[in-house]
Amino acid sequence: MRTVAVVGASLAGLSAARSLRKQGYDGRLVVIGDELHRPYDRPPLSKEFLAGTLGEADLALEAHDEDLGAEWLLGTRATGLDRTDRAVRLADGREVRVDGLVIATGAAARRLPGADGLAGVHVLRTLDDARALRDELARGGRLVVIGGGFIGAEVASTAYALGLDVTVVEVAPTPLAGPLGATMGGIVSGLHADHGVRLLCGVGVKGLSGERYVDAVLLEDGRSIPADIVVVGVGARPCVEWLEGSGVELDNGVKCGADGRTGLAGVVAVGDCANWYDPRAGAHRRVEHWTGARERPDAAVATLLAGGAVAPGVPRPPYFWSDQYGVRIQFAGHAAGADSVTVEEGAVDDRNVLAVYRRAGDPVAVLGMNQPRLFTRWRKQLAAATS
Amino acid sequence: MKIPACRLADLPRGEAFRLDIDPPVSVFHTDDGELFAIDDTCTHQDASLADGWLEGCEVECPLHASKFDLRTGAVDAPPAKLPVRTHEVVVEDGMIHVRVSTDAPNLPPCVASRLAGGSA
Repeated sequence: MRTVAVVGASLAGLSAARSLRKQGYDGRLVVIGDELHRPYDRPPLSKEFLAGTLGEADLALEAHDEDLGAEWLLGTRATGLDRTDRAVRLADGREVRVDGLVIATGAAARRLPGADGLAGVHVLRTLDDARALRDELARGGRLVVIGGGFIGAEVASTAYALGLDVTVVEVAPTPLAGPLGATMGGIVSGLHADHGVRLLCGVGVKGLSGERYVDAVLLEDGRSIPADIVVVGVGARPCVEWLEGSGVELDNGVKCGADGRTGLAGVVAVGDCANWYDPRAGAHRRVEHWTGARERPDAAVATLLAGGAVAPGVPRPPYFWSDQYGVRIQFAGHAAGADSVTVEEGAVDDRNVLAVYRRAGDPVAVLGMNQPRLFTRWRKQLAAATS
Repeated sequence: MKIPACRLADLPRGEAFRLDIDPPVSVFHTDDGELFAIDDTCTHQDASLADGWLEGCEVECPLHASKFDLRTGAVDAPPAKLPVRTHEVVVEDGMIHVRVSTDAPNLPPCVASRLAGGSA
């Protein structure tokens, strides 16, 4: 292979570029990113960066003296893939002919229909989003967060610490029930009430009101929640429109095998846009976790360089973390399908808990709140049990 | 400075002992029976590496995914970017001692500012 392009310059793209060099690829390497920034870390955007305790330089993912020998095409979006010419087309009219391609275009924050053009309404996905929100939170006032998932909860926690008046609105009866199950979702989202942050559950958002600036969030039950700032945290959609018609199969992102391979030779996908086959579950799963974006490119790059001739290893159980209200939340495994959850250590009321999810007696997932040591042990055990 | 940590007999293989000095240092007893001491705090964020995932001669931060080489302190991947300090381990009469490095530690921004503020 003489030219490999990585489309996407965030964690998954950078990890893929690193894996390529680490695994001996010494040809031309082109990294394409639609943002102008060099690769940066997103998890602090809703926490330390938003709170002002970490600066932009701290977010850089590349080491100070790191040089991957790559051509960086930043601030330009990929608009198409021509399978016949094996070329990636860019929004600025350029074209990069490739022998190998790593798709790492990630996901974009979902927005609220009809909210465009209303000042004070934010999503949080990119550094530019975070800069804008940080500046606005610094003015204080009433914040309404739409969506009680991890991003929404972290923004609520950070804004609470900054002294804002915060309300979280969640359409589901229990926040985080998807990733954590209803019982533990209820316990983790109890952190809001512990700190005097209002949590309204089981009610949808009908729309926003305001002339030029947002002034309230209108709920489907007729209530109107006054707001100076609104953050919409209702998930993300994979950025794969540019691949339509390319021959790469799209189904909730790029459909790919357990090693990241797509149906096109020489094309693999990694990160939040990749819908990987999970051999354990016997199904495809698109997992938007930092650790997946960091670890899975190794396997995808091995597949790419070997022309698909390597057997995929079994990845570790999915792992993610969240920091809210000074509590470290860690989770590994799959909560769906568990038939029991038991607290093994600590107490729910203290928000200091190690809980194990089991199916037919076998551990399938583990949740820790302020329990890093025990969590590590259980996570290890889970990996050993499922490998 | 040579500081006593714990008895070798009290530190099984695969375990770590945290020495609560400032900044804290941890001694790791690998599955192969080797002993190593490194700074306990991940260089990325305030987390104790003694709580981490020990595998061979590497420890993975318990919060994120960076791994540190116990022999050299080198870090393999983000989010951490800087190595941790390594320290000499001396076992005398069944007691593990750590000879603390005089190099400047690489502490995460939040911990570094706390120490600089003198309010440890």
